[in-house]
Amino acid sequence: MDMKVSKKLGLKERYTMMTRDLAWDTTFQPMDKVFPQVGYEGIKIHDWDQWEDPFRLTMDAYWKYQAEKERKLYAILDAFNQNNGHLSVTDARYMNVLKLFLGSTPPLELMAARGFSMVARQMVGAGPRVACMMQSVDEYRHFQTQIHSISNYNRFYNGMDEFAHQQSRMWYLADGKSFFDDAITAGPFEFMVAIGFAFEYVLTNILFVPFISGAAYNGDMAAMTVGFSAQSDEARHMTLGLECIKFMLEQDPDNLPIVQRWIDKWTWRGTRKLASVGMMMDYMLPKRIMSFKEAWEIYFEQNGSALFNDLARYGVKVPKCFAQTIEEKEHITHQSWIGFYMKPDACPFHTWIPAPDELDWLSEKYPNTFDKYYRPVLEHFDRQEKAGNRFNNKTQPMNCQVCVSTIKFNEPGDPMEMCFRETVYKGEKFHFCSDHCKEIFEDEPEKYVQTFISSHAALQGKCEPDGTDVNAHDYRPGARMHAYWRMDKRAAGDFNGSEDQKNFAQWRDQATKN
Amino acid sequence: MSMDLRTITIQPLRQTFGHLARRMGADKPASRYMEATMDLQPVENYHYRPTWDPSHDIFDPQRSRITMKDWYALKDPRQFFYGAWTLARGRMQETASADFDMADELGLATGYPGEGKKVVNEVLLPLRHVAWGSNINNSYIAAYSYGIAISQATAYACMDQLGIAQFITRLGISLDEIDALAEAKQAWLKAPVWQGLRHYIEDQMVMDDWFELFVAQNFALEGLLYPLIYDKLNDRLNAAHGPVLTMLTRFQREWFAENVKWVDAVLKAAAADNPANKALLAEWIAAARQRSVEVLAPVAELAFGTEGAAVLDEVVQQLNARAAKAGIPV
Repeated sequence: MDMKVSKKLGLKERYTMMTRDLAWDTTFQPMDKVFPQVGYEGIKIHDWDQWEDPFRLTMDAYWKYQAEKERKLYAILDAFNQNNGHLSVTDARYMNVLKLFLGSTPPLELMAARGFSMVARQMVGAGPRVACMMQSVDEYRHFQTQIHSISNYNRFYNGMDEFAHQQSRMWYLADGKSFFDDAITAGPFEFMVAIGFAFEYVLTNILFVPFISGAAYNGDMAAMTVGFSAQSDEARHMTLGLECIKFMLEQDPDNLPIVQRWIDKWTWRGTRKLASVGMMMDYMLPKRIMSFKEAWEIYFEQNGSALFNDLARYGVKVPKCFAQTIEEKEHITHQSWIGFYMKPDACPFHTWIPAPDELDWLSEKYPNTFDKYYRPVLEHFDRQEKAGNRFNNKTQPMNCQVCVSTIKFNEPGDPMEMCFRETVYKGEKFHFCSDHCKEIFEDEPEKYVQTFISSHAALQGKCEPDGTDVNAHDYRPGARMHAYWRMDKRAAGDFNGSEDQKNFAQWRDQATKN
Repeated sequence: MSMDLRTITIQPLRQTFGHLARRMGADKPASRYMEATMDLQPVENYHYRPTWDPSHDIFDPQRSRITMKDWYALKDPRQFFYGAWTLARGRMQETASADFDMADELGLATGYPGEGKKVVNEVLLPLRHVAWGSNINNSYIAAYSYGIAISQATAYACMDQLGIAQFITRLGISLDEIDALAEAKQAWLKAPVWQGLRHYIEDQMVMDDWFELFVAQNFALEGLLYPLIYDKLNDRLNAAHGPVLTMLTRFQREWFAENVKWVDAVLKAAAADNPANKALLAEWIAAARQRSVEVLAPVAELAFGTEGAAVLDEVVQQLNARAAKAGIPV
């Protein structure tokens, strides 16, 4: 009989057996050939074993929890759809939030899925590899559940049907695309700072909370359930991002300046990307949760300060852009909405002038800026619209070479002046929306000269639907942009008088009256 | 008798997204797999070239010598999007975990005869490192392949292999053989019987062409290893020591039976696309099969003694039959 005494494994020991004990240092192939990308960014790692697993989840437990979540989620989606849940949202303007979300978010979650697969392949340590591959499949979950939750809305409302086609073509989606293209084309450590830390840790609440709470506040149980269901995944992703920063900083003091530069860069890039989320909060949600300014104060100023206080022991400073974002929080959402309102032919979602009580809400939430700078503009547009003279900007926008936002934000310290910056590189002039974007360019000009800016590319004949002969004598560049975008004109322009508005009213009557 | 329950019917404007309607040739409802998969990866207007590979785009069909008129033809017959995959794995792990719990409770595992344990320790436990190698290789394909059809399925395969490595580890723990796990790792690193296989797996880790890696790892190596161990060796151990091992390797067996459907469908679709693919796949399969047989021969000998070569030959025949069924001459 076997008299051997059973060894009892502690949780940590057991998890180690289940993950990093599986790995080995290769000898038939050199390690730097098996993991070729970990060196070139200049990050020095001396001991991968020092990585602290931010969570300990073996695959059996992962499948168990995730399967439970998926079962519930899809049951709710099915029930919501079967019961015409779309008619229970606050008002049909809400659909435009979904259009903005579908165009901007699932395609970026997809990039996160692929990006985390890449980092999972490239990290030498088994600890970070396992955490990254888990995040990669989580990101598949997120873009798929988002598409599934909006799929039923697409059957009834215009402007959602071509999101897959538009993700790489639509001018206003280029800021998000450039953000993720930038991260995924960087090395594995910069990707982790960009997505794992700056996006998932510092900024995720500003993206996530408004959309999901917005869904909850506006009766969209489908999107709300997707969001709540993703929350526990997000908690894991946040701890991974933070652990990665700490790991790099603990490994070698030489890593600090590199990491600091990335934190500065990516916090700013993320901030620019979030301007449209703020616009959604302040202008597009029929029932508002809080203002963007309030969200920025809670999630960025307060929580962000606490985080950077915690990181101060490693020598990390608050991101360079911190003060500027605080000044901008009272401006960017208004500037963004006005910018979109002025382009009624060029976006697959509707815009409108806020109702009088909504203007008053904005005055109350933005006492320093709204009445002074933005209410007069909106009221002017409103008068012009009612007089049959709706403002329509048909020109190509000027875009920032780094963040690809249309240049529309104000000069720091002067809300009445637009901010322009430029630099000359190899004899060519490049334009920026801000000092921060200019600095990002100047750190890596060879990368950012490549930026795809559709307002330029269209004039070069590069944005044409299939079958266009750019050498034809009557060819006019950019004349067929709607076909290139596959944009449904019913989805564009004013909400008032739109097909969505009429259908929603009619269907709601059908569902609620005899 | 059926009940006539009523809901309010509203005529939708369209049935599905534009890219799916064009793909199906009609505006009709699409499955959740299609919605979650088809035509979603960006294909154009990339902003920057990868700093880690400036000669390619972020997603670039040129990363493989295989060409496809439609990369989404490499679809998964299991229709695994994340939800379907995780539900399937959730069920499998539930049964497998219940088996482990029962074996622990009844002392079936600790009481497994010493002779059987010896074989498990020597032959099965080192395979957790093979699964880890497969995990690395599938994460390469998930990262650098083209189109979401193949990238998501390999991302899930990558996690499956981590799960398998963990189930093998759990087998060692259940048998109360924690020291044997450490010995198995030493054997994996040092013992001559494993060095050929380790060499091959490390060579796979530096393969450039992700589709070639798919063939080598998922078709050839696993296509020989799993039947060899989880069918042939399992049968032998069951005959000698009862069905405990079948219980404790259930996950791997079920997984393999399901996984081959996907692997074969991918090969079949690629071979059907054009003759150059077919020729290339035949070449890759022949090379990977030969190398796999070479490196698995000592393992087969360890498991089956003098009959090792004959048993290995049987599973080679199975592999050849799969290739033939996928339309690839071998």
